[in-house]
Amino acid sequence: MTDLPARELDCRGMLCPRPVIELARRIDSVPVGSILGVVADDTAAAYDIAAWCRMRGQEYVGVDAAADGVPRYLVRRTDAPT
Amino acid sequence: MSTGPAVYLDTASSEPLHPAAQAVLEQALARGYADPRRLHGPARDARILLDNAREVTAEALGVRPDEVSFTPSGTHAVHLGVLGLLAGHARRGRRLLASAVEHSSVMHAGRWHAGRGGSFDTLPVDRTGRLDPATASEAVADDEPVIAVQSANHEVGTLQPVAEIAGATGAPVFLDACASAGRLPLPDGWAVAAASAHKWGGPAGVGVLLVRKGARWRNPFPGDDRVDERTTGMENVPAALAAAAALQAVVAEREEVNARQSVLVDRLRAGVAAIADTEVVGDPVARLPHLVTFSFLYVDGEAIVTELDRRGFGVASGSACTASTLEPSHVLAAMGALTHGNVRVSLTRTTSGADVDRLLAALPEVVHRIREEARL
Repeated sequence: MTDLPARELDCRGMLCPRPVIELARRIDSVPVGSILGVVADDTAAAYDIAAWCRMRGQEYVGVDAAADGVPRYLVRRTDAPT
Repeated sequence: MSTGPAVYLDTASSEPLHPAAQAVLEQALARGYADPRRLHGPARDARILLDNAREVTAEALGVRPDEVSFTPSGTHAVHLGVLGLLAGHARRGRRLLASAVEHSSVMHAGRWHAGRGGSFDTLPVDRTGRLDPATASEAVADDEPVIAVQSANHEVGTLQPVAEIAGATGAPVFLDACASAGRLPLPDGWAVAAASAHKWGGPAGVGVLLVRKGARWRNPFPGDDRVDERTTGMENVPAALAAAAALQAVVAEREEVNARQSVLVDRLRAGVAAIADTEVVGDPVARLPHLVTFSFLYVDGEAIVTELDRRGFGVASGSACTASTLEPSHVLAAMGALTHGNVRVSLTRTTSGADVDRLLAALPEVVHRIREEARL
């Protein structure tokens, strides 16, 4: 399995809980086993995306950075119902 | 204009003045105006009131009167406590360790210390917000740091194993007892402690600094020529006496009040957990009797606090959008808990089962509506 996202959500400028809402709405857009990247500059996203994964049975892979340095949170879709 | 929430559920921010404090405050305001240091009748009167406040506070907290100092706030007591304990141990080293979930007053004292040549590090906690004594013990290593730890967490209610942390580390411990003082006996193992009167139903503007007999504490700030060498400025004698009266009453009532509040918090925890995508935070058992925190996924913290206020419930939140700093609660973050959609409910001594049931009836609809507006 690769750690490269199959798709990326641009949540720059969005305040909490918007990035997590976008993540929840779009996780189905990648196949099970693939990664959705969430690019978000809201500080709460750093904690809340991991917490969402734990609460929704998804896999939090980690964080890297988009080309402009904004954090990109990586979530692998599992077969848990989303 | 709203006259304020009909159901006030934010005692962890500030408890309403206890009736026992109200009567004492009114009387003491008329009598306790003079400077207790002076040698005339009104001064002796003020001195008697201040000594009385000290003795009552000491007895209620299970310490000696000469270990009690009154400060202008709990925050100031924390700053004096942390920095004074560090100053007293400066020859051994200048390292401060604190749990990652300490109150912001401890964190600010730590950063202040680090900005003046000391070092300050935080220790990770588990999912309930508890600092494992083994984690503290490992962090101490061969250094001889001062450790700051709270009796109970002010946001999630989890109790800290203070005596075990002190035992495992052998370090001098600063105890932040602001969240629990009066409600629960002080734990063992600390050298210096701080508390805040308005958290137990005393007036605001009264902090308590406790320095154990024999503890190495040195005033980190400019001194003063007071009766009590640990404080500066003239004590607010009437408020200190009212704070002591409230504390005495709270200790006398606590067995009954705590049992009642604990049952209501259990009911809240169970009721809130039944709402989908909700996380109830903090230790369910080893906790403060009157406080519970939960987070609703996809819910804006400011929106839920505002909506509950509109319905007559006054609650607090650790979500970023409700904070003056616009940063999420460092407590929730350190626990790995959801930081948005956060609500902290803390009961007063008169909160009833009916109040709790009304809140539990309102929450599902409020949460549902906010989620719907988010177009999930």
